[in-house]
Amino acid sequence: MNRYPLWKNLLILVVLLFGVIYTLPNFYGEVPAVQLSSAKSTVKLAADTQARVEQTLAQAGIAHNGIFTDATSIRARFNDTDTQLKAKDVLERAFNPDPNDASYTVALNLLSASPAWLTSLHALPMYLGLDLRGGVHFLLQVDMQGAITKRLDSATGDLRTMLREKNLRHGGISRDGETLVIRFREADTRNSARSLIRDRLPELQLADKTEGEDLLLVGSLSLQTQRKIQEDAIKQNIATLHNRINELGVAEPVIQQQGADRIVVQLPGVQDVAKAKELIGRTATLEVRMVDEAATQSGSSVGVDIFPERRRDGTILPIPVKKQVVLTGDRFNGADASFDNNHQPAVAVNLDAAGGRIMRDVTRENIGKRMAIILFERGKGEAISVATIQGEFSSRFQITGQFTAEETNNLAILIRSGALAAPMEIVEERTIGPSLGAENISKGFHSTLWGFVAIAIFMMLYYMLFGVISVLALASNLLLLLAILSLLQATLTLPGIAAIAFTLGMAIDANVLINERIREELRNGSTPQAAISAGYERAFGTILDSNVTTLIAGIALLIFGSGPIRGFAVVHCLGILTSMFSSILVSRMLANFIYGRRRKLEKISIGQIWRPTASKT
Amino acid sequence: MEFFRIKKDIPFMRHALVFNVISIITFLAAVFFLFARGLHFSVEFTGGTVMEVSYAEAPQLDGIRDALTHAGFVDAQVQNFGTSRDVMIRLPNRGAETSTQISERVMTTLTQGFSAEQKKPEKRRVEFVGPQVGKELASDGALALLLVIVGIVGYLAVRFEWRLAVSTIIANLHDVVIILGFFAFFQWEFSLAVLAAVLAVLGYSVNESVIIFDRVRETFRNSRKRGLSVPEVLDHAITSTISRTIITHGSTEMMILSMLIFGGETLFYFALAITIGILFGIYSSVLVAAPLAMWLGVKREQFIVQPKQKQEAVV
Repeated sequence: MNRYPLWKNLLILVVLLFGVIYTLPNFYGEVPAVQLSSAKSTVKLAADTQARVEQTLAQAGIAHNGIFTDATSIRARFNDTDTQLKAKDVLERAFNPDPNDASYTVALNLLSASPAWLTSLHALPMYLGLDLRGGVHFLLQVDMQGAITKRLDSATGDLRTMLREKNLRHGGISRDGETLVIRFREADTRNSARSLIRDRLPELQLADKTEGEDLLLVGSLSLQTQRKIQEDAIKQNIATLHNRINELGVAEPVIQQQGADRIVVQLPGVQDVAKAKELIGRTATLEVRMVDEAATQSGSSVGVDIFPERRRDGTILPIPVKKQVVLTGDRFNGADASFDNNHQPAVAVNLDAAGGRIMRDVTRENIGKRMAIILFERGKGEAISVATIQGEFSSRFQITGQFTAEETNNLAILIRSGALAAPMEIVEERTIGPSLGAENISKGFHSTLWGFVAIAIFMMLYYMLFGVISVLALASNLLLLLAILSLLQATLTLPGIAAIAFTLGMAIDANVLINERIREELRNGSTPQAAISAGYERAFGTILDSNVTTLIAGIALLIFGSGPIRGFAVVHCLGILTSMFSSILVSRMLANFIYGRRRKLEKISIGQIWRPTASKT
Repeated sequence: MEFFRIKKDIPFMRHALVFNVISIITFLAAVFFLFARGLHFSVEFTGGTVMEVSYAEAPQLDGIRDALTHAGFVDAQVQNFGTSRDVMIRLPNRGAETSTQISERVMTTLTQGFSAEQKKPEKRRVEFVGPQVGKELASDGALALLLVIVGIVGYLAVRFEWRLAVSTIIANLHDVVIILGFFAFFQWEFSLAVLAAVLAVLGYSVNESVIIFDRVRETFRNSRKRGLSVPEVLDHAITSTISRTIITHGSTEMMILSMLIFGGETLFYFALAITIGILFGIYSSVLVAAPLAMWLGVKREQFIVQPKQKQEAVV
């Protein structure tokens, strides 16, 4: 008798039910929605924000069909795009009374139209890759070397202040590649300097060296510190990218670390590459330095760095600034376009506590002198603001100067974009038009559909009822694969669809093996029931071996692949696992259900069995 | 329906030498073309900028080429992509210019001749890859291949026997080289998707050898078939799995054919690589792997589980 115990049947049915539920959301399509998210790191979405959204919409008489809240955004669904646009305007006005100082980003979006009960089960449609929905993809390389030199440069500044405070005379501090060199004349001074640095800058590893008359102290960053700097650099860059991309108001941006020093940015639906790149590609760092007034007058370039200042009238003026860095971009907490006391546009800058302390000391000593904010992009510095210090201030100050609102906005964005730990460079870029995305979906869909139909027709003709069972098993394989992809929210790309098709084409192998085995058993004279049982059991070992070898190849692709290969490999590996389940368990359950109970089974429908002996007569 | 009505085991092993000579010749030809012509790597590997532009009406490619050369893109490659209205332009990496600048400049060049009423060409896709990414891809690809080889040989050696593992992997690696040879000979574009296809096909056609060797093991262990010689066992294993071999590969190929027909340009080379892989996979895993195993000296004894004899010892 071929029967599964009740628990096994139930288990299979439960798994299939799971497949149906989690595949369902993919069939509902998408409806227009409006997404509200915080535009500033200081503004958080509070619990009552959703209520406020509902209230605002109700007051304006706009009907929505569902409001959803997650960690970073609130999304409201609407029936058509007209209502969506109206709702966007209403929300924009209600949440951002001052358009120049937007606390929230209100963006148009698409949401799955699946009913709420599915969403509450976390059943969401598959996440489509850029090649299927259109958009921009960037791969950014973070310049780790830059992050380390920058840290050394700021350590140089700290050392100068420290040695001056303690009255330790030194013959100069310089950076040489990845090391810092401090020159001393006397051994005593060097010894006290050494213990001071050990105490105050523990991240520096010190070594003694003599060079002619000079006694040197050579400092380098410990490996651990270097690693930490690199990790922080990536983290800070990702955080800054998040903020910058929020300014674009993109619906579902992907910003992820890839490997040790790369960041992937994907902006679905964005077509204006130039603008996106201007924001993202502004791989910038920021420094505040004092303008060297003496050098400005004499025009000498000794002991100063000269940066161009792009004036608002379009001319470029060289500005000599001191080598000493007052502040770096990481001391900046924010910069916003706002208005000063005379209602003139200004940029409000916000520093952290340490930055504020430094600023207070510097401004107290330098009233009436000029301070330059220098933005470094790809190693080239440019003074984005040169302003006279009007009074002593600390962590909050304003930059004024007959700006237009647009200019303050740009300057604020520039300053914010400079708050990055390490420079980045775009090493890969892809833009996919929305029409191409839709075409890719239909191409992928049709390849899979017609391939499936061809296999189904052939299997049913060749193996009759067992062919039908095989096709049902293959369909359940597809169902489970889609369900798992939806549940994991893995990104589906065109290579991913190719992998679905290829995996289905391979999965039928297991059923062919089983069916051929059953035929062979019948040919050798087994009874139908015994043939079914032996067919499944004997084929199992073979199926296992062949799937494991395929899985090895799939896992290798998963480990070493990136981009399109990874998209392929994820689906391929998952597909192999689901095919094991469906081609063995589901098809056996169906076979058992059809034939398993019959005691006197004479014949099973598996197509013609040809016996060499029978053909002789 | 029953396609395969085979009365006796087909004596494949009698012609083993012929199959292997054919194999070696194809293999050498593939290696020759790989070295002589090299692979036509896609922009993902070489670095550079690729643009896809869609026109309302089929444009003259020569006109586009001239316009681009005029604009300073001397080394631009222009070709049709999919339909006659879609044009693909490839530009190698250049020093200072960013990809956005390049693509903007190309678009202005292309839209120049169009008046306001005419529908201007539409930028469909821009892809830019920096030079260092490509190098990593190549080394990652090689590492992936290595991992596949080690993994499969290891697994088969444990599950079966090292002779079978080695002959399987030799047979299937020669498939990989032949696929690459095809891509070199026809100068088809070798993209990341094709690399994925090649590795996936490697896993897939190893299947084939696994299934045959599974039968070989079963036949060796079958007490009723003890009288068969080694070549006869191999013949029997191949013959009794041949209908499954053809049907499975036929089914997979149906899916892949559907991809070749409906999948468009992007999936075309992916599907093509798999098609070549399947065709040569059948041949090599059946007719190359089995003779190799024979020459490496598989024997019945290697598959029979010997009951452990208790050693008597005198202390």
